[in-house]
Formats: sequence, structure tokens, C-alpha cells
Amino acid sequence: MLRTIAAKRASALVNNLNVVPTVTRSYATQADPNANPINGRTSFGSLSDDDRIFTNVYSKHDFRLKGAMKRGDWHKTKEILLKGHEWILKEMKESGLRGRGGAGFPTGLKWSFMNKPLDGRPRYLVINADEGEPGTCKDREILRGDPHKLIEGCLVAGRAMHANAAYIYIRGEFYNEASNVQEAINEAYAAGLIGKNACGSGYDFDVYVHRGAGAYICGEETSLIESLEGKQGKPRLKPPFPADVGLFGCPSTVTNVETVAVAPTILRRGGSWFAGFGRARNQGTKLFCISGHVNNPCTVEEEMSIPLRELIDKHCGGVRGGWDNLLGIIPGGCSVPVLPKNICDDVLMDFDALRDVNSGLGTAAVIVMDKTTDIVRAISRFSAFYRHESCGQCTPCREGSRWLETMMNRFEEGRGKPEEIDQIWEISKQIEGHTICALGDAAAWPVQGLIRHFRPELESRMATFKKSLEAAQASATA
Amino acid sequence: MFSVRALVRQAATTSAVARNMAAKRTIHSSPAALSDHLFVHRNTPENNPSIPFEFDQDNKKRIEEILKRYPPQYKKAAIMPLLDLGQRQNGFTSISVMNEVARLVEVPPMRVYEVATFYTMFNREPVGKYFLQLCTTTPCQLGGCGSTKILETIKDHLKIEVGETTKDGKFTLVEVECAGACVNAPVLAINDDYYEDLTPETTKKVLENLQNGKPVTPGPQGGRHTCEYAPGKYTTLNSEPYGPGFGMRDDF
Repeated sequence: MLRTIAAKRASALVNNLNVVPTVTRSYATQADPNANPINGRTSFGSLSDDDRIFTNVYSKHDFRLKGAMKRGDWHKTKEILLKGHEWILKEMKESGLRGRGGAGFPTGLKWSFMNKPLDGRPRYLVINADEGEPGTCKDREILRGDPHKLIEGCLVAGRAMHANAAYIYIRGEFYNEASNVQEAINEAYAAGLIGKNACGSGYDFDVYVHRGAGAYICGEETSLIESLEGKQGKPRLKPPFPADVGLFGCPSTVTNVETVAVAPTILRRGGSWFAGFGRARNQGTKLFCISGHVNNPCTVEEEMSIPLRELIDKHCGGVRGGWDNLLGIIPGGCSVPVLPKNICDDVLMDFDALRDVNSGLGTAAVIVMDKTTDIVRAISRFSAFYRHESCGQCTPCREGSRWLETMMNRFEEGRGKPEEIDQIWEISKQIEGHTICALGDAAAWPVQGLIRHFRPELESRMATFKKSLEAAQASATA
Repeated sequence: MFSVRALVRQAATTSAVARNMAAKRTIHSSPAALSDHLFVHRNTPENNPSIPFEFDQDNKKRIEEILKRYPPQYKKAAIMPLLDLGQRQNGFTSISVMNEVARLVEVPPMRVYEVATFYTMFNREPVGKYFLQLCTTTPCQLGGCGSTKILETIKDHLKIEVGETTKDGKFTLVEVECAGACVNAPVLAINDDYYEDLTPETTKKVLENLQNGKPVTPGPQGGRHTCEYAPGKYTTLNSEPYGPGFGMRDDF
């Protein structure tokens, strides 16, 4: 999610290259009326087990090489590699896969940024496994259950962009998950699947694990690169984009775990197979993690564009106390605005549908809140989160996130005046878009979502508090 | 520092009633608590540069392995893995650990101090044998019985506040931001292991077992294996997973 704006900026640059006369900056909150033409299927969901990519998401089976090969990993990888990078890029573009880290940037296009003549510098693929977005826990299941899918993905993605090595940046807290990945890497080296002459294809490729140390900001592309270079994780200005000057000053690409881990299966079964799921421009399958006030929170792989209500009723045993007890849902991790119940009733879980209702798919981390939730406290906690995680490089974010936190703290109990709601809105607008990375935007959006849909709640709290204050004063003077 | 924040919040809450509503309100209504930890180093008997530190033989081998992962001119990239190693050996990231890492990767010590202060997982002060990191971000606050209850349980049971260590030096409690296991909320990380799906009862049980030196099992405490629907119940993937070559395209 942190990379939302980054991707927007990147796509703006691409537009620039195509000599589009005016480049307007679009926000995720802006709807394009012609974006989703209705064609083909109109009902989504009910993916069959045969079409699921992550068959060990619940760690029921062996994660090691033997078990992974039994589940179809590393099958004919050599043939895939020998097809060459043009073919891999073509298939990835055809699959319609969009980045699973939150920004939803088309993967085939991103990988093709590296498709340029070699200039003597090494090239790196960097896997972003710094999963810190509150609500998100999908990469964890891939790292511990299907690490070989990820390593094989590194190899084919690396081949597509002529990379020499891949670094997997795993968040520091995931110690056991990192051990699983390291074990899988050791097995793959021993079996000759990676390393010198990987899979017997004549292509040399190394995979390394690098563990983070507890900074959410390192989930941002350039900040992750900085961190990997052994510095503070403070985002860099772009341009130069990582595809030109990235890790160790060499061309690099940073992608999410899930994006890379689905690649081998897509290539084996064909881009058109993957594109057969979900709506146009939102194709594929996706790991959803549903947390909060549902009867049975779980992580599940489902088809894109599945209706939100169906997702919750089918896989999580419904909202606590029934659907009518629903207050609101955050559909894509804490960085996207909250949706009230009337929108949740029929919204589809994909990039475009959620953008059209002023929210976003993000990492598909669904946080459900029933009517017992103190919604102001929930959002206020997010403000505290962003204050804690701001790297402190850009003033609007460093100072603004602190202001948001202190104001939201007061709003929790209604200590404030109604005009302050407009003030906090104004502050959030001053943070959004005025920072190097998207953390500023991410800090602003939850607050904006709260005001957009739950303003009466804030106002009634303030009125109640004012009344209690006046009563206290009256009894003090009496 | 967490406790300072709590105090500030409490002070703001109680004084608010007495405050005149007509009075002008500035945006900053509470004194700024600058960060969760002090950024500067102050020499203490247990943490000062004159205490020698050296990596042991096992770790020296590991360091060789780690340094091989990065290009030779970018030894600096190994700062984070080396600090982590040092913290594991020494118990916390003392100034001597930082200096030793700086010497090994051939950078000025300041470069290492910068990194050590930026990342929250480097404890620059001694912590207890069991380092309790409770996630209190919104998904954990909402999920299960809620992390607020777990926080209260731990505080009651160990008689410590957030940021404090028990007198016997066994437990240190801190609040952390999202641990990335939201489906298994509430989550408590003890050292490297996650304890998930907690309730006040299971939390107490885990703590008691640790206090009495009995074994504890990490992972979900409510009977689930990982992140499935319910113990032993799966909404998907009930059959054996498909094997190699399933659904393969024709041209292979």
C-alpha cells in the first residue's frame, strides 16, 4: 500500500514517455467512469481447489523441497527459463497480474522496465517480504508454507529481467518464517535449482535472505533498498527509479512476495488461465486475510472481484452478530479509508471497484468492525501507528502524523469542537501528496475515511462531552 | 517511555474537565513525547564503551557467511545482520556491540549508531530473559478478545507497566506495532516466537509456564494449526493438493 503513489508516479512517467501533453496526477480516490466495462462473466468467487495457486497456505503439508515438488513446484522450470525473457514478459503481461503489495501496478510492465541492454552493472531482484501493513498476514503464510514457490518465482522473475541475484527482505519479527525460507534456499542450492547453472539452464542466479529489524517504512520500495544497503530506512527521491539506480547503485526491481510467488504457476498454466479469473483489468486469484470482528478470521485464496459479503460469509463464518451488526470494513489494510455498511453490502473486492468507492484493495487485508467497535478509537490507533512509523524525513509527515495522533486522541472522548473536524481534514490534505513516499498519504487516508463516513459519530461525541463538561461546571459553581 | 506517554494522556484527560471550553486551544494540547526511546547514549555501568565485546567463534563463522552475501565494496550492508547477531550474543545492542560491528564492516561508528537507533528491534538497553512484545494495533485490538484485555492480564500478572522489566529480570513488556499475524489476533511475541489467538486464560498459562520453567508451545493457543477457519476445519483445500504438471499448458 505504501507504494500506491509511487506506482502512480511511475505510471505518470510512462505517460510522459509516450508524449501525452498533460499529465494529471490521479489519486486513488478518483473514479474513472469508463474504467470497468461489463463484459464476460458477471459473478465471481467460488474458486475451485484445482485453481488455487498456494496449496499449502495452511502449512498442512511439508514446506521442504520434497513436499513442494510433490505439489508441482520446480516442475519444468528449466523449460520456462529456456523460453527466454521475452516469452516470460509476454505471458506475465497476458495474465493481467497486478502487483500484490498494494499499489496494483501491472507486473508485466514493471518487469519490462528492466528489459534494456546490459551495461556491465549487475542487476538485482529484491523481494519485499517486509509485511507490516496492519491487517496483512498473507506473505507470512507463503514464507512458511510455500517458500519454494517464492524461490522458484525469484528465479523466473530474475531470468525475465536478467538479474544476477535476488535479495528477500523479510521483516525481522518473522524469525521462524525467515528460517523456513533459508532452509528452502539451502535445499534449492543443494539440488542445483539455483546458484551456478540454475536448473541446468546455463543461467547463474543467487538468492539471499536479509532480515529487517522492525520498521514499517522499509516496506516502501526505495526505503527497503536503503535498508538493504545497511542504512536507515528513509525513502529516496525518485527519479532515478530503482530500475536505473537501485540496490548498490545497480538496476533493481522491488516486488511483493505474492506477486513473485504466483509467477511460476502462471507461466506453467498460461497467462490466459490466470486472466480467466476476476473482472477485466483485475484478473487473477488473491490471498485475502480477514481479521477483526468475524466469527472465524482466516486467510484464504479466492478469485479477484469476489463480493466482499460473500467472502466474509463463506470463509469466515460471517460477521459477529450477523451482517446487520456490521459497522464498517477496512478493505485493504490500514492505509485505505474505511467503508460503511451500505457500501460493504455489494462492493466487489478488486482494485477498480474499491477505488470507485473512495477506498482501495491495498493488500486485500479485510478488517471487519461490528457495532460494538469504538470506530474513533480504532482509527485513532492507526494515527498513533503512523506517528510511530514515520521515518521523520519529510516535515509534513513527521509533524502532521503527530498532530493527527494528538487530535484523534482527543476526539476519542469528544474533547474538541466540531470545527476541528474540518481542521483535521485540512491537515490530512496538507500531508497527502507532500511527502517523498506514500506513508504521509497512508496516514491521512484513514482519518479522511472516518470523517467522510462517520462525521455524525464524531460530532455527537463532542456534544456529549460538552454537555458533561457544562454539567460539571454547573455543579462546581452551585 | 510508553509509560510516560500513558501518563501524559492521563494528565490530559483529567485536566480537561477543569479546562474552560471558551479558552483558545492550540493544536499541540499535550507536551510532545519525542520518541519511544532515548536516541542518545548515556554511559551506564552495564552499557559503556569500555566494556569489551567480541563475537564468539560460532558467530565469527556466521559473520563470514553473512559478508559473502553482499558485494565486497558494500560490506556496510551487513550492519543489520551483524547487529542482530551481536544482540543475540550479548543480550542487547550495547555501545560496544555497535563499535565492534563498525570495526568489522569498516565504517565510522556513527553509521552503525544511526542504524541501531532507527530500527525498533535493536534493544539499546538490557531486557529481560523473556521479551514480551504485545501487538496493540487495531486488528489485534479488535480481533479475538482484544489486545487491551491481554495487556491488562500481563500487567496484572507480572505487576509491571509497559516498558518495564520484572524485578527478577525475567520479563520485559513492550507494546509493538502490527506483528503481521492479524488473522490470529491477539498476538504476543515472546523473543522470536509468536503466541497467537490469545485469551486472558491462555496468556496467564503461558506466563506461568515460563515462570516455572515449564515448556510452552508457540503458535495459536486456541487449537488452530495456523490461519484456518477453525481447529481442524478448512473452507478450502480439503482435498489432496494437485501434483506436478497439473493443468500444464500444451507447449511444454
